[in-house]
Amino acid sequence: MNEALIRGLTPGVLGVLVRRGADFAAAEDAVQEALIEAVRVWPERTPADPKGWLVTVAWRKFLDAARSETARRRREEADEPPPGPVPQTDDTLQLYFLCAHPSLSPSSAVALTLRAVGGLTTRQIARAYLVPEATMAQRISRAKRTVSDVRLDQPGDVATVLRVLYLVFNEGYSGDVDLAAEAIRLTRQLAAVIDHPEVTGLLALMLLHHARRASRTAPDGSLVPLAAQDRGRWDTSAIAEGVGILQAALARDRLGEFQAQAAIAALHADARTAAETDWVQIVEWYDELLRFTDSAVVRLNRAVAVGEADGARAGLAALAALDESLPRYAAVSAYLHERDGDPAKAAELYVEAARKASDLAERDYLTRQAARLRTEYPR
Amino acid sequence: MAKYLLLKHYRGAPEPVNNVPMDQWTPDEISAHMQFMADFAGRLEKSGEFVDGQALAPEGTFVRYDGEGRPPVTDGPFAETKDLIAGWFIIDVDTYERAVELAGELSAAPGKGGEPLHEWLELRPLLSLPSNTGE
Repeated sequence: MNEALIRGLTPGVLGVLVRRGADFAAAEDAVQEALIEAVRVWPERTPADPKGWLVTVAWRKFLDAARSETARRRREEADEPPPGPVPQTDDTLQLYFLCAHPSLSPSSAVALTLRAVGGLTTRQIARAYLVPEATMAQRISRAKRTVSDVRLDQPGDVATVLRVLYLVFNEGYSGDVDLAAEAIRLTRQLAAVIDHPEVTGLLALMLLHHARRASRTAPDGSLVPLAAQDRGRWDTSAIAEGVGILQAALARDRLGEFQAQAAIAALHADARTAAETDWVQIVEWYDELLRFTDSAVVRLNRAVAVGEADGARAGLAALAALDESLPRYAAVSAYLHERDGDPAKAAELYVEAARKASDLAERDYLTRQAARLRTEYPR
Repeated sequence: MAKYLLLKHYRGAPEPVNNVPMDQWTPDEISAHMQFMADFAGRLEKSGEFVDGQALAPEGTFVRYDGEGRPPVTDGPFAETKDLIAGWFIIDVDTYERAVELAGELSAAPGKGGEPLHEWLELRPLLSLPSNTGE
């Protein structure tokens, strides 16, 4: 049994402890300790009933901690811990709601979700986000305190959960845990306990993006843009699964932001070569997407699609309506100017875009684009 | 062991010998430079001397307190700022000589024409915590 499978039991085990009356924060600590023990012990001897084993060990850890806590309190103030909330509906779903509670900041919600729902250790989460372990431990314990008064039987907003999962998918860096894969696992687990087309829409979106991952970076770590990717390296089974899930979601006729984004990703995945991309349909999907989220970033991406569908001039016209201070505005403008036959202007804009880039790989890519144009079209 | 900051400047350091801005290199020259930087960091990790390495965006903001109940004042970015830090390595080495040796290696990163940049790097000791036997 591998670590991800062990971690898959986390929400269920935590749910049992909370249902038995343990408060969330203490139960979560106990489950963590049980998971760490499972990772240590199971390779030698896997129990016949893994979840039962985890519940037993976690409950014992919880009682030990509660006993020493009670003893401490008795010495100090003779105060009984309050009874924990008792969830009425599905435990797993309620845990997702709790960990993505609107009172939490995005970074806290992400950390708490990865630990309490995903079963990752504080160290793993800290490494994934490149912060010291002590910092992550503080973030998690503050998050637990923030939600300590939230009753676990209150219905939550699935949209907040989806935003947190999407953040996990997007912003995981390195470390020994693949956060994009973890986000997919958590979204899949969520889709199993709630019937909602946006949940499956997000799952489809993640699968379709993840399918292209191997082709997105060159061996030296540099970025490979979509049009230049080796499509033979795309994961066709992930694409097939993503498309299937998306089609089932769209058939429900309750369109949302993630389904529209997944539809765009599916159109890219569907093209055997970059030239065969159905840009006209992609522009239409961007228009749909704008009905749900009037975001400047979406408008910027739409301008790129318009440039492909109707020519660089049309793309530049769409771009002209947008605010120049938008992230990646200069990069998009550079791309469209090159396609419009103005390499000098494009090179200048690529230099500007590199200066404004927010990540290293992107900055290097944009600098290379400027260098390429200046090498191909020397002044 | 002592920790040193190896500081790389966009501006403010004396001019490097091979002083052509990166956007005027060829894409292959840029790749060679990036590879050199990655290899350098990799060697430091292997030798157990790597602590941290970060790159900074060139544009920043100056911020200061503006009194009770008022939002902080912000200013900049200043295009004319003389000293502009591009990034750093922090290394943990046995001697000052070793720190100088490593800074020298890093300064030889290839630039235009694949020639070493001979870039000036600033080497600054991190102030250490008091030792347990220092009284």
